[in-house]
Amino acid sequence: MTRERIASVRNPWFTASVGITAAIALAAAFVGFIWLPLQHSSAQFKGVWDAICSAAGLVRNASSSKQIVRPRYLTTSVEIDPHMLRSASAESIGRGATLALRCTMCHGARGLSQADTPNLAGQYPVTIYKELVDFKTGARASAVMAPLVADLSDADMRDLAGYYAYLPRVSSSASAAGEVPLIVASGAPLRGIAPCGACHGEVDSKASAAWLEGQPATYLHAQLKAFATGARHNDIGEQMRNIARRMTSEEIDAASRSYANLP
Amino acid sequence: MWNSRRLVLAHLWFAFAGFGAALLLGEWQMFIRSPLHAWISNPEWYYRSVTAHGTTMAYVFPTLVAMGFGYFVTEEALKRPMVGLRWAWLGFALVVIGTFTAIVPVALGLASVLYTFYPPLIGNPFYYLGIVLVVVGSWVWVALMSINMHRWKRDNPGAPVPFPMFATVAGSYLWGWTAVGAALELLFQIIPVALGWRSTIDAGLARIFFSWTLHAIVYFWLMPTYIAYYTIVPRAIGGRLFSDPMGRIAFILFLVVAMPIGIHHAFEDPQVGSGFKYLHSVFTAIVALPTLLTVFTICASVEIAGRLRGGKGVLGWLAALPWRNPVMLGAALSFVMLGFGGAGGLINMSYQLNATVHNTQWITGHFHLIFGGAIVIMYFVIAYDVWPHLTGRALDSFRLMRVQLWTWFLGMIVLTFPWHWVGILGMPRRMAFYDYTDPAITAQAIWVTMSVVGGAILVLSGGLFLLVLVRGQTAPRTEPATYRFSVAVRPPRALPAALNGFGLWLGLMVALTLVNYGFPIAHSLATPGTAVPAVKVGERW
Repeated sequence: MTRERIASVRNPWFTASVGITAAIALAAAFVGFIWLPLQHSSAQFKGVWDAICSAAGLVRNASSSKQIVRPRYLTTSVEIDPHMLRSASAESIGRGATLALRCTMCHGARGLSQADTPNLAGQYPVTIYKELVDFKTGARASAVMAPLVADLSDADMRDLAGYYAYLPRVSSSASAAGEVPLIVASGAPLRGIAPCGACHGEVDSKASAAWLEGQPATYLHAQLKAFATGARHNDIGEQMRNIARRMTSEEIDAASRSYANLP
Repeated sequence: MWNSRRLVLAHLWFAFAGFGAALLLGEWQMFIRSPLHAWISNPEWYYRSVTAHGTTMAYVFPTLVAMGFGYFVTEEALKRPMVGLRWAWLGFALVVIGTFTAIVPVALGLASVLYTFYPPLIGNPFYYLGIVLVVVGSWVWVALMSINMHRWKRDNPGAPVPFPMFATVAGSYLWGWTAVGAALELLFQIIPVALGWRSTIDAGLARIFFSWTLHAIVYFWLMPTYIAYYTIVPRAIGGRLFSDPMGRIAFILFLVVAMPIGIHHAFEDPQVGSGFKYLHSVFTAIVALPTLLTVFTICASVEIAGRLRGGKGVLGWLAALPWRNPVMLGAALSFVMLGFGGAGGLINMSYQLNATVHNTQWITGHFHLIFGGAIVIMYFVIAYDVWPHLTGRALDSFRLMRVQLWTWFLGMIVLTFPWHWVGILGMPRRMAFYDYTDPAITAQAIWVTMSVVGGAILVLSGGLFLLVLVRGQTAPRTEPATYRFSVAVRPPRALPAALNGFGLWLGLMVALTLVNYGFPIAHSLATPGTAVPAVKVGERW
């Protein structure tokens, strides 16, 4: 038996299979890259080449006539990366301790508040640093905090973050916690509310999401309300505003009380 | 068999053991996210289980069945000892080591990324290295299938390669090429990040690479099933294969068009242009062709059996079929599930219809019906058919086999039909918690509960399957008759070279891959600023 050459135009299997495959590919390409895109009567497609480029997925810059829309309020200027402020030097913590003397009136001598202001002891350093910067720039409004941070340098704020992160966290009794309400444990999927722990530590910790356990209920309640009304808006992706405005008043009460009692 | 009996048994036992464990996980997942169980509060447990279930069921179980059955076919179809037995054991060892390397970090909660990886989620590097070992082990099999076929062709110049071997080699080549996409994704994108060498990943490009693997992997799973349709079913029911060349053409079509169509899994992905989505959609439609050819050929072959058994008239041959034969029963139930699953697949491949079911429970229902149903039920049939030849012991619990196959079929229907339905109602997939007290989804609770019942039936059926095999392993020794594959109505004496080898078809497969994937991959690589920070799974403050 003579050996049959496959890759030859005289072999009908070769010509037919390659021909049919190529014909299907070309026909599909014509429809997908030219005919279908041209059916869109958009200003973007001025001709066949535009249609092909668009269907191929080429990225185009937006036309320069369109202005970038900016929010009508200040947003945070802090860019956070996962390695930021991971470890503070002893000198930094020491300087932070000195600077923190001006904070003790509200936040307590060792970062534990008696005044329904946040407990700062053991808070994530990134969180403290970001909030200080936001108070300074005005991205987060507070009549009390604004004058106190006005003269802090960037290094000062990093030192303060290092010092408070270094202090031991508040310890409350686990028995006082009670049952965790559904809104905290599992969120409300149908309203697009993730469980609090998805960012705040139970399940995962997202950069700049605060340590909430043991914080005063009054403070947590006020912040959720402020997020819901938009009075507080230094969450650049609107994560907390979107969540808080979809929570009911009862859920805000329950979540605030629950975290205040959690160890 | 000559020398690969223990090898094949090792592959199949490890595959079925993994299947049994993963089956229990699947039912647990179904149960805890149903209204029958209170919320477990920590979704991590759920995703950990889904990752283990998917990794075992998608990578380990079908790969080992394809490998084991491939080695079996090599000896029984070529009628001579297999070349490279030591290499085959090495491949098996790699798969086993890879399985444990991958599953340990998953069990520890360090790699709950689901089996499709989902970058920018990044888990423990050992998870990915384990998967790579499984794939490398299976590539040893791909090489051995090719070598054994070529040695046989060299020793039998001009003779048609026996059909079972031809089909098996087609399946192995398909896997060899389709696994390249996931391998590229793992080696060049995910593993460097998992090892900490890089902190960002181009998730869009990674998804394109994975789609390269993601669709054809289903056809790789399908291959043993289709080989069984052609080479076991007609023989087992006393019929003849309707056409040998038509069977070859079906497998060739799978080889050429099953792979460059994966972007239909990425219809909602912004990084791929609409033109390429259309191109992939067209070729996805063409992949229905070999399945329709197969349905025609197998129905014709079964009709031959029915008529040989005395069946008369337009439908009389159906009644004459040996319905008590587990192979007949399994193939028929598989066809029913293939019909429903295939119809669902045609919906998924349509750009517009996909938009309504994308990322819903419909998709989960679809691939469980096709893979868990139509494909896996034929894995059972294959095991029942080859077991006596592997163990040298009788396997005669026919009643138990029939009960097992029926319960698998019923369980799969009860599991997946409600699953499809809640998908149409909009229930998203990949979620660990559904609040059934919310009036918006209260009405879906009953359907999810039904799926839990379906899953329970499947667990029962899986248990019966293992019981049948264990009973076969402990039965008294017998000398089984020589193993035979189906014979065609007209066994080919000579074939065109194109139907007796793969050069042309591999060329077309690679060319189509370049046409359908070349530009999207090159474009992603060339576009700056597409990388995003990796999200490490299992790392805590």
